[in-house]
Amino acid sequence: MATLLKRQGIDVPLLMFALLLTVYGIAMVFSAGQTDAVSGSYATLWQRQLAFFVVALCVAYAIMQGSVRLIEWAAWPLYLFSCGLLVLVLFVGTGAGTAAGMKSWLSIGGYRIGQPAELAKLATILMLARVLAARRESPRALLELWQPLLVVAVPWLLVLAQKDVGTAIVFIGICFAMLFWAGVSWPVLLMLASPGISLLLAFSTGAWGAWFLLLGALMLWYRPYLLEGATLMLANVTMGIVAPILWERLAPYQQRRLLVFLDPSYDPRNAGWNVVQSKVAIGSGGIFGNGFTLGSQKRLQFLPERHTDFIFSVVGEELGFIGVSIALSLFLALFLRTTRVASRANDAFPSLVAMGILAAWMVHVIVNIGMTLNLMPVTGIPLPFFSNGGSFLMVSWISVAVLLRISAEGRGLPDGLGL
Amino acid sequence: MSFHPNEVLRRARVVRGVVIAVFVGLGGAFFRTQVLQSAEYVLQSEKNRLREVPIPGSRGIIYDRKGEIIAENLPGYQVSIISPTVDSLRSALVALARIVPIDSGQQESAVARFRRSPKRPAVIFPDASFEVISVLEERRVEFPGLIIQSSPKRYYPDAEAMAALIGYTGEISAEELLLPQYGDYKPGQDVGKAGLEKQYEVRLRGTEGRRFVEVDARNRVVRDNGVRADEAPEAPAPLRTNLDLDLQKYAHEYFGDSLRGAVVALDPRTGGVLALYSAPSYDVNKFVGGVSGTYFKSLLDDPGKPLYNRALQGTYAPASTWKLATAVIGLQRGLVTMDTRMPQPCRGVYYYGRPFKCHKHEGHGDVTLAQAIASSCDVYFYQLGLKIGLANLIAGGLRLGFKERANIDLPNERRPAWPESVDYFNKRYGARGWNQSVVLSLAIGQADNAQTPLNMARFYTALATDGAAATPQIVTHTPARTQILHLTPEQLQGLQLALADVVSRGTAAGAQIKGLTIAGKTGTAENPPHPDNAWFVGYAPADNPKIVVAIMIEEGLHGTVAARVATKMMERYLKAKLTLTTVTND
Repeated sequence: MATLLKRQGIDVPLLMFALLLTVYGIAMVFSAGQTDAVSGSYATLWQRQLAFFVVALCVAYAIMQGSVRLIEWAAWPLYLFSCGLLVLVLFVGTGAGTAAGMKSWLSIGGYRIGQPAELAKLATILMLARVLAARRESPRALLELWQPLLVVAVPWLLVLAQKDVGTAIVFIGICFAMLFWAGVSWPVLLMLASPGISLLLAFSTGAWGAWFLLLGALMLWYRPYLLEGATLMLANVTMGIVAPILWERLAPYQQRRLLVFLDPSYDPRNAGWNVVQSKVAIGSGGIFGNGFTLGSQKRLQFLPERHTDFIFSVVGEELGFIGVSIALSLFLALFLRTTRVASRANDAFPSLVAMGILAAWMVHVIVNIGMTLNLMPVTGIPLPFFSNGGSFLMVSWISVAVLLRISAEGRGLPDGLGL
Repeated sequence: MSFHPNEVLRRARVVRGVVIAVFVGLGGAFFRTQVLQSAEYVLQSEKNRLREVPIPGSRGIIYDRKGEIIAENLPGYQVSIISPTVDSLRSALVALARIVPIDSGQQESAVARFRRSPKRPAVIFPDASFEVISVLEERRVEFPGLIIQSSPKRYYPDAEAMAALIGYTGEISAEELLLPQYGDYKPGQDVGKAGLEKQYEVRLRGTEGRRFVEVDARNRVVRDNGVRADEAPEAPAPLRTNLDLDLQKYAHEYFGDSLRGAVVALDPRTGGVLALYSAPSYDVNKFVGGVSGTYFKSLLDDPGKPLYNRALQGTYAPASTWKLATAVIGLQRGLVTMDTRMPQPCRGVYYYGRPFKCHKHEGHGDVTLAQAIASSCDVYFYQLGLKIGLANLIAGGLRLGFKERANIDLPNERRPAWPESVDYFNKRYGARGWNQSVVLSLAIGQADNAQTPLNMARFYTALATDGAAATPQIVTHTPARTQILHLTPEQLQGLQLALADVVSRGTAAGAQIKGLTIAGKTGTAENPPHPDNAWFVGYAPADNPKIVVAIMIEEGLHGTVAARVATKMMERYLKAKLTLTTVTND
């Protein structure tokens, strides 16, 4: 079987890692449904997830029959289509579960068919790759980046308008990773990020002052255009000033989540509850875990969002450090394999697409898994291949299919990386 | 775009480094949480899911000297509920009230128990009836936090005979919880409320057991048993007492419903309390776990005042039974011997400012001290009192312990009344409101002298033995005896002979028991405007005393009446076969 796939140019390790992760994930969705309370539909969610997986495999197979050229061609229409859906969802979107306040779901006849933001991530990756690949030289100045930045900014702002901070962070991750892969130099990336850094540091005057000194030194050394430098400085000052105002404008639950991130005991029964219970679940798993489906934090429903946001806590509680290590190793292997695909692609476009997909997955994994240990604020973005959710699994497997296609058309070079 | 292979390689190295660094970081964070800090989180997880349900422990059984049960535990049931908040408790109570009767008082006390210790299941019915239990068991599914478990209930088989000393148990009150001796008590636990139960709380208290139930995030009980090994409750070693249940029951029988009074029986050699009874009595079982308002009110309204413990708290003029104290003080001071006669023979009345009558109108004639005791001649003791003098009589009375508690091992013993000095009269009646004639009254056990039956019994343990008074003790421990009489053996023997004469041919001659020599003294205390109180304090057998009985019958008219009851009790005790194995506390 493996040799048969290989002969067809299939990247067998990549496929294997993705398959193993998905099977692992569906098993955890099954376990998450096993509780002591009458959990109704939760107990059968895994069957739905499994069905989606089968559909996703078919879609993936269909995509693999196409070519990278076709994917490149599809970038524009897909991008416009998903931006259109993001606009649409602002008006007709519905909330779901704990994120009932976020109008991020698209429903037809009361049946939720998916989150357009998931599709928009992939579309933005393709579109950004197209725009970046079209350039001959790596951009040297910020002003030269207006085109790629615009491509990211449109869906990013639309997602922000849904108050979906988690997904917005994914877009930022995709943007920086792909710019880096396209050869944008460190100083330029840093300058690009500087207003954001100012925003974060503005809460401490000392840190903000230090950051300004650093930024000044960077500008003296890199010597950007005068207008560019001035704009940048202005943007940093503005960010520092508006930070408190933005804070005020955050929804109370978002403020609480951030405060709870800094100190979970700030509100242990409400906003801090999720994080505290998640850490208790993971920590009590120990090395070997409590056994598949046997986690008490999960069974007795102390652990919230067991199927989606906090599914990795179920892994930690039931399968212990060993189960966590296996899951993390599979992710690591998949990501290193994706890096290999990116570096062996035969052209700039597929290479950038692979890097974009890697970045999106990385941000999801870091934010989601980090959140279960309170290393990251609770933003509620799902874990690829694990979290229950049809559209997300679909998009993940479309991404896998795209990677497999790119890998199949790869030039097989360079091997010096040893990947 | 620069996609030279070397450039790509360089960037791929960076990406690979970042990816690996991130996963090493995540792995490290999980290692720290799951391996290094696991124990702490396991504890927290257990705390989340396990709720401790206390299993009430049985209190220690109380035995009498022959191993008869005085206090035991009967199976009972307790209903409690696990709730996360006061609000959910209230709504559960409202739901429960639809199927079983719960009055608002019970609801409020359940809420109060929850507030005081929210970690424990809030007790709703400390002692639920079988009907309530069967209804609740049937519909248990509707109340996921409901816990029904056995809870032993205190029971006194001879409650009415024991009411004066046994006390009772009940749920610890909010006020008691604040006291330092109840530091480790929890709301809903039982505690001794009075009597022996209170006095020996530390030795009687059962050790609470624990079992664990598993609850979910909404505090619903998911698994009821086998979650973790139970810790069985433990009952303490039984409490063995010096009491004689048979004697208690006899006293209860004798007093019946009509007589009011008290009786105390002591073993003069050890101070062991053989019986302590106050009449009329009541059913102390009805007090266990909280007395009903109607029963309590009926006791309060009873003209016989059953809640008034006459043996411990009733203080009465001891009358002629106290003449022995006057005699002892006279002998101590060397003013008289057993053969001393007084200047004026008894002609039925003695003049000291005004006439002071003797109880015998025609008079006793010229009598010795021994004869005066046997016939209880008031005129003799008036003169003896004058001879001793007021100050000396008061000081002598103080030394004999008539202003101190007998120190029985029971709570709430009342201190007897006796002047602390001559100055007492100045304070009490004003400097001109009294005169020296008060010594006449004091000498015959009247006036400002009020003793408990218990304290009179204590005094007579000294007369019955070598002059040392024994501290009354219900629970066996080392006898505590103190020499108070300080008389020569001849003097003591003289007194004992005189006391024996009281029963053989004196005032208590009608109370003789065939085959038993009894010594003692009657007393008829004036109790205006009511009829006289009757006293008898004595011991038997006269030559080798094994029991001292002090008995007081309110409005009993004459000491002879009391003497008859007392000698019957002595007979009962002494003739009972004491071949049963002696019970000790070791």
